[in-house]
Amino acid sequence: MAFSESERVALRAGIAVGVAVSTYGFSFGALSVASGLDIWQTCVLSLILFSGGSQFAVVGVLASGGVAAGWTAIASSAFLGLRNGIYSIRMAPIVGTSPWLRPVAAQLTIDESTAVALNQEEVRSQRVGFWATGIAVYIGWNLTTLAGALVGNILGDVDGLGLDAVAAAAFLGLLWPRLKQLQAGVVAAASALLATILIPFAPAGVPVLAAAAVAVLIGLTNWFRRRESDAAVPQPDDESQPGEVPGLSKNGDAS
Amino acid sequence: MTVWIIVLVASALSFATKYTGYLVPQRLLEHPTATRVANLLTVAMLSALVAVQSLSVGQAIELDARIPAVLVAAGLFALRAPFIVAVVVAGVVAAVLRLLGWAG
Repeated sequence: MAFSESERVALRAGIAVGVAVSTYGFSFGALSVASGLDIWQTCVLSLILFSGGSQFAVVGVLASGGVAAGWTAIASSAFLGLRNGIYSIRMAPIVGTSPWLRPVAAQLTIDESTAVALNQEEVRSQRVGFWATGIAVYIGWNLTTLAGALVGNILGDVDGLGLDAVAAAAFLGLLWPRLKQLQAGVVAAASALLATILIPFAPAGVPVLAAAAVAVLIGLTNWFRRRESDAAVPQPDDESQPGEVPGLSKNGDAS
Repeated sequence: MTVWIIVLVASALSFATKYTGYLVPQRLLEHPTATRVANLLTVAMLSALVAVQSLSVGQAIELDARIPAVLVAAGLFALRAPFIVAVVVAGVVAAVLRLLGWAG
């Protein structure tokens, strides 16, 4: 199979992003078993759910609220994953044309594959970027999830040492690249404040769900916007690049 | 509800969200509000999770070793440290502070 130069660029970017994202997978696997999920449950989340923020949300809410917080864990995960639906609409004409491949494309539609694809100019390169990134991240994420889960299992009960801080830092790391615009910063600050105020009054998980109201309010009114135009999906070159990997510039093109 | 049900329902919803996007008409993208709300939902959920994971023990607010740990992680993210480095350092900071008895 001969790739054009721009297709090779997309391929390399995809693989680089896949490697970089894998370290998140290791963190997720270790945190998940330390939070009380078994290795199978941890691996099913990475195999089927396959969306980093949502997976961390499931184990984070379960770690603090137990199965009693099950519905809030599910709802937090679902709210976090809604953006993937938007990416899917954007990617549909590019990679969703075959009904047979559509479910596979859907499963691989995440921040990283969308970002790398939309960073390419030609449709063919966008396809290569999407599939290369999606497959690389899927393989890397699942292998490192398993590795992290096995290591976490060996370490055993690390609760009470630093696990809770690890979970908090993981969410901060996922949030960090999304805070470059004023509107997102305001939503983040107001959400954290609202959730904190609700902690003593609401059952576990509910303070997190309540923060959705902040996003809906500011999203509908478009308060605090800085720009007139809203791209349908954040472009990778845009400041609000989805799935930007800290420590890695512009979709792994750094190599 | 068991952990398995939670895992499977959350997974099914994730796939359904992605797959639905491939079936709905393109013109939905012409409404920037939906896109904006979806992106801000991600920010709101993650930020609330940072707050709750850093401050709560059950339904109580407790200020303990997690605060300095998360501040150190924030500093590392600001310096563009890799994700896993910042996360592991946060865990080590919290563990060391507790072992030394300086923070709960």
